[in-house]
Amino acid sequence: MKSGSRLKRVLEGGHFAVTAECGPPKGSDVAKLEAKARHLQGRVDAVNVTDNQTAIVRMSSVAACSLLKNMGLEPVLQMVTRDRNRIALQSDLFGAYALGILNVLCLTGDHQSFGNQKGAMGVFDLDSIQLLSVVRDMRDHGHILGGEAIETPPRMFIGAAENPFADPLTWRAVRLAKKISAGADFIQTQCIFNIDRFEAFMQQARDMGLTDKVYILAGITPFKSAAMARYMAEKVAGMDIPEEMTKRIAGVPKEKQASEGIKIAVETIERVKAIKGVAGIHVMAIEWEHKVPEIIEAAGLTDRPQV
Amino acid sequence: MLGRYNSILVVGCDSCVAECAAGGYRETMLLAAALKLAYQKEGNCPTITEACIDRQCVDDFIQRIADLVPEHDAILSLGCGAGVQALARTYFDKPIIPALNTLFIGETEARGVWQENCLACGNCKLGYFGAVCPVARCSKKLMNGPCGGSRDGRCEVHPEIPCGWDMIIRRLTTLGELDRLKEYVPPVDWSTSHAGGPRRIVREDQRS
Repeated sequence: MKSGSRLKRVLEGGHFAVTAECGPPKGSDVAKLEAKARHLQGRVDAVNVTDNQTAIVRMSSVAACSLLKNMGLEPVLQMVTRDRNRIALQSDLFGAYALGILNVLCLTGDHQSFGNQKGAMGVFDLDSIQLLSVVRDMRDHGHILGGEAIETPPRMFIGAAENPFADPLTWRAVRLAKKISAGADFIQTQCIFNIDRFEAFMQQARDMGLTDKVYILAGITPFKSAAMARYMAEKVAGMDIPEEMTKRIAGVPKEKQASEGIKIAVETIERVKAIKGVAGIHVMAIEWEHKVPEIIEAAGLTDRPQV
Repeated sequence: MLGRYNSILVVGCDSCVAECAAGGYRETMLLAAALKLAYQKEGNCPTITEACIDRQCVDDFIQRIADLVPEHDAILSLGCGAGVQALARTYFDKPIIPALNTLFIGETEARGVWQENCLACGNCKLGYFGAVCPVARCSKKLMNGPCGGSRDGRCEVHPEIPCGWDMIIRRLTTLGELDRLKEYVPPVDWSTSHAGGPRRIVREDQRS
């Protein structure tokens, strides 16, 4: 493998990796993006920059990654296939690598009906697995889709998402295997609330020998409030939030719900850390980036490896 | 749309749109009667004539209304988009107004229920997917699905949409052919779909 990514070195060095997520602003406000990113600076090994998450128009993830990179952070470029066809995706990969972006997370993306451009044509020219294979072929074989050779191909450390909670359950690990053979070096999972089911998924992954082939980073999302927990349980696609969890946070007074949410997140980190095959965590504190240091500190993960 | 014409020929099509209970003989008669009533209410009395042909997309049938056409200012077609355009090609000097909004190629799944299940992509892979099309039945056209949004066999886009990939997996499980899905499916060549421009088939053996 020939990517110069720091995240790659952390994981290959056997360190328990910590990544976080940063959503670009709705608009071109650089200061706002930088303010968010400063909370993560020096605290995490890499920062995912979302790509028009939930189909809401935001600053382009390539541009935001580049701004983060200039601040000294290590960005992970999220790329969805919903909005761009294979020409645009490949072109943006060239551009991202030219800007020094060394990690990419290949996604299909939430359907456009969730966002603020409901009348948009969803492109879906490729799916996430096909995109993985495109990025891998660029790096390992130096060609674009169709086989044409390119000069200075992007050499990315390649990630994919996996939702251990989506149906059908038996199929999730098979799909994970497909992502690995298409090129995934690391996996960031959907937010974990149902730890039992996550353990079952990891067991399947281990049984299939997949944890030897890929780094799995467990997705962690802190609840800010009982209302958020309820909203996520009911409205967000692909979420599996056990009732006892929504009850637990609803059971504390409103002013203490945020700290209870963080407590749940820290407990979750401790549990997933103990699962064999989990190589790190990916903290998705949605519009709550400033709480990430607190979570990481409470989980005893403050010291990031120097690699 | 119709206000400017004094005589309208309402033309139904007794094939697919009849199956869809949208543009067959019955609906043509109903629409013509409703139009007459509506005009009368406004104090207008344009000439409204109804006709129904078996297939608006086939020239032999289209010719059967040839003697009615010159007597009218415009044609209101209850054909699908293909029918409307076929009439326009033949009766090139007549305005043809669509009465229907053509939605999709579908199947009459039950009485009163129509389901889209083919996008005519020109690259049929139904054989690999247990005869459930991921292009038509998955909201994201995933070839290596399902996505992470599928829940209890339902699509993330709307709970009323069954997850196409759930259907594919269940069907292949029943057939004992789930192994087909372990293979990576490479990017689709969309050039055979509308992406390659309007499509046309010419078969010399059928032309004489």
